[in-house]
Amino acid sequence: MEFRRAELANGLEIIAECNPAAHSQALGFFVQTGARDEADDIAGVSHFLEHMLFKGTPRRSADDVNRQFDEIGAHYNAFTSEENTVYYAAVLPEHQTACVDILADIMRPSLRTEDFDTEKQVILEEIEMYLDQPPYGMDDYIKRLCFGEHPIARSVLGTADSITALSAQQMRGYFEQRYSPGNMLVAAAGNVDFDKLVADIEERCGGWERFDANRELPGAKVQTAFESVEQSASNQQYILQLGLAPAGQDADRYAAKLLASIVGDDSGSRLYWELVDPGVAETASLGHYDYLGIGMFYGWIACSPDDTEECLTRAQKIYQQVQAGGVTAEELAQVKNKVKSRVVLASEKPRSRLFNVGGNWSTNREYRTPKDDLRAIDDVTESEIRAVLDKYPLTEQAVVSVGPRKIVV
Amino acid sequence: MAVRFNRLTAPLQAYFVPSPQRTHRLANGLVLLGEVAPSFDSVAFSFLVPSGCVYERDEEEGLASLTCEMVLRGAGSRDNRALVTDLENLGVERSENVGVSQVYFGGSTLADSLPPALEIYADLLRRPRLPATELESGKAVCLQEIRGVEDDPDQKLMSALRRRHYPSPWGRPSHGREESLTPLTIKDVERYYNSHYGPKDTILAVAGSFDWDRLVEQVERLFGDWKSPAANGQVHTGAQPADRHLPYESGQSHIGIAFPSVSYRDPDYFQAWSAVGVLSGGGSSRLFTEVREKRGLCYTVYASLQTQLDRAAVFCYAGTTAERAQETLDVTMAELLKLADGVTPEELSRLKARIKSSLIMQQESTAARSSAMARDWFHLGRVRPVSEVSAIIDAVTAETINDFLRRNPPRDFTIMTMGSAPLEMPHGIS
Repeated sequence: MEFRRAELANGLEIIAECNPAAHSQALGFFVQTGARDEADDIAGVSHFLEHMLFKGTPRRSADDVNRQFDEIGAHYNAFTSEENTVYYAAVLPEHQTACVDILADIMRPSLRTEDFDTEKQVILEEIEMYLDQPPYGMDDYIKRLCFGEHPIARSVLGTADSITALSAQQMRGYFEQRYSPGNMLVAAAGNVDFDKLVADIEERCGGWERFDANRELPGAKVQTAFESVEQSASNQQYILQLGLAPAGQDADRYAAKLLASIVGDDSGSRLYWELVDPGVAETASLGHYDYLGIGMFYGWIACSPDDTEECLTRAQKIYQQVQAGGVTAEELAQVKNKVKSRVVLASEKPRSRLFNVGGNWSTNREYRTPKDDLRAIDDVTESEIRAVLDKYPLTEQAVVSVGPRKIVV
Repeated sequence: MAVRFNRLTAPLQAYFVPSPQRTHRLANGLVLLGEVAPSFDSVAFSFLVPSGCVYERDEEEGLASLTCEMVLRGAGSRDNRALVTDLENLGVERSENVGVSQVYFGGSTLADSLPPALEIYADLLRRPRLPATELESGKAVCLQEIRGVEDDPDQKLMSALRRRHYPSPWGRPSHGREESLTPLTIKDVERYYNSHYGPKDTILAVAGSFDWDRLVEQVERLFGDWKSPAANGQVHTGAQPADRHLPYESGQSHIGIAFPSVSYRDPDYFQAWSAVGVLSGGGSSRLFTEVREKRGLCYTVYASLQTQLDRAAVFCYAGTTAERAQETLDVTMAELLKLADGVTPEELSRLKARIKSSLIMQQESTAARSSAMARDWFHLGRVRPVSEVSAIIDAVTAETINDFLRRNPPRDFTIMTMGSAPLEMPHGIS
């Protein structure tokens, strides 16, 4: 595997992990924009805009975009997070240029008003769909509760009200502030012809004008709180827990990820043995999520409403114990074996390498091989995990319960 | 050196080298399948054990799942915790799934971990402890799953649709019902294990980096003296549900539609599968275009062909807000009926491009390779090399699909809805 990098005069960077032995390739545009870059009056615009990029360009109708992706057998999609909007496709190497042509073209969309009006209905359907299933919108709610006015707490979807009120003109304004070639990245992985990729991108994107697209990175403070929200349509009770954790640029993020796995992996973790294995909870997990300048420990429990207090008590006890006593050498050895195997398994697919390589570069301007990740995991010590616990106590969380019961603690 | 694909017009067959797949039958009936691909660091294995939920009696629905859950709670020299811990230390990413005919036990791991992982799986399948002390926990886990489905509207609806569409017990959901699970005892679990876990009709498929001869030797040693239970293949028919609307307190409506199709071993399977691919799959497929892109009626709409050994059906789903549900149902039904008029050569050529990249990308996953081999053996009694699949796909044309659709137009629909109010059914729909 070989890492390559190029940059156009307008600031558009192109990176690739080239693996001639791969059968396929994956490539994508990583735009550094998301919910954290929005204001109240345009809440949800990043995600809505992501949909609109598939609605056509001066050269292509919406039908053309979908049809031409299908003609090259592309597995294509896009997603929007709090801080990134990513458009990607996996294709056979023979279709590299055709794929670049479509992806680059849709990055300069027409944003026609009639398409905007039709797609608004799909967005509203999507919002309704999420509100109708666990955790019933409480994922947005707990971010606000925990991080207050910090931009990371903004909702990716927005609300039915903010989307209904949004105009095509506001979306165009947002696009013109965020989709600068200097604020995006072309990343590729797998069987990639890099020189051809750079030439093809230069031809299609070299004329894009660069402008400033800034992002604020304020510090964050956690509000510890407990709230219970009633949701009569729900059968199970859901408990969300959110706290501060190492950020995407922090060296201790590997220690944080191993800690989260020891405490709350889907299988074999402390939460698993205390809550899931005995059938007290349907699921119980803790994950580490990192962003620019901020990170989160995010816990999630689903249980029978009658068992809510029992689950809360057991989970709190686990957090207190690990906070007081740290992790054991056996736990650390086991989690390293588990996580390292996952790194190797994931590294075999160009599609998963794309997100790893593109994500790392977006956050840190750093290329890491799977071997680098394996080494970073191996190097984590018990005392580094201790240090993460001291800096980001698992016991300092915002907690929200949602379900048929009102919970009092 | 790089393999360069520059043959846009080349038949799909030209992309694949002859398959290195291997087969070994144990005297007791267990079949071992292997595909050695040394370029991988990983290896994946799939066990299919003929202990699915169609062998349950109606009043013990959920027993197959409970038995699977209990098999994992300690085996051989290991208790529940040691079993999970040792597999994690071997880096095994495992998963289990209880289907109608079979239970799947599978895992992916690093090449060196395969032999010790198989030792543990031999204990698990042959020497589970089935500890009575773990029964309540195992049952609680199964009950949690049932409650979880209640909060997952599309799964709940599609599960009910399957049950109504297929003759009992072939539409039975494996998670069972609370009232049938609750009274089950450890004796029931032992009985189910003793009658349905054995080498006859069990398939083990392995793909990735491993030595075939050593694998054969190890599997003979681990499973060669495993004995099959006495005759165990009887399925138990239960009641057929009649409801076609599930009341659900929500602003959303969920629509499920099923119609019969042909199973994997039918010579027409790839015609049927291609027709469904035109309906749903890519961004230019008919359902996505007509229901979502043109009209903005919903976020999710799809159709997929699901096959059992002796029967198959196409299942469609659309989720929408209550006010737009009737239009969504009408537009979706119109597309299903219109399929009988045939597909166009352009649609087929897009479909083939997607199939081609899917088949090739599947080769990048040892887990996909091992489960495809196991599935082939179950349905066909042999492994169909990817080169043969390619030849079949190359031979599919718009005419062959349309000939199939003339003989088998979408009909005999089963429709289920879920939401605050039932919808008006199209004329002549059960």
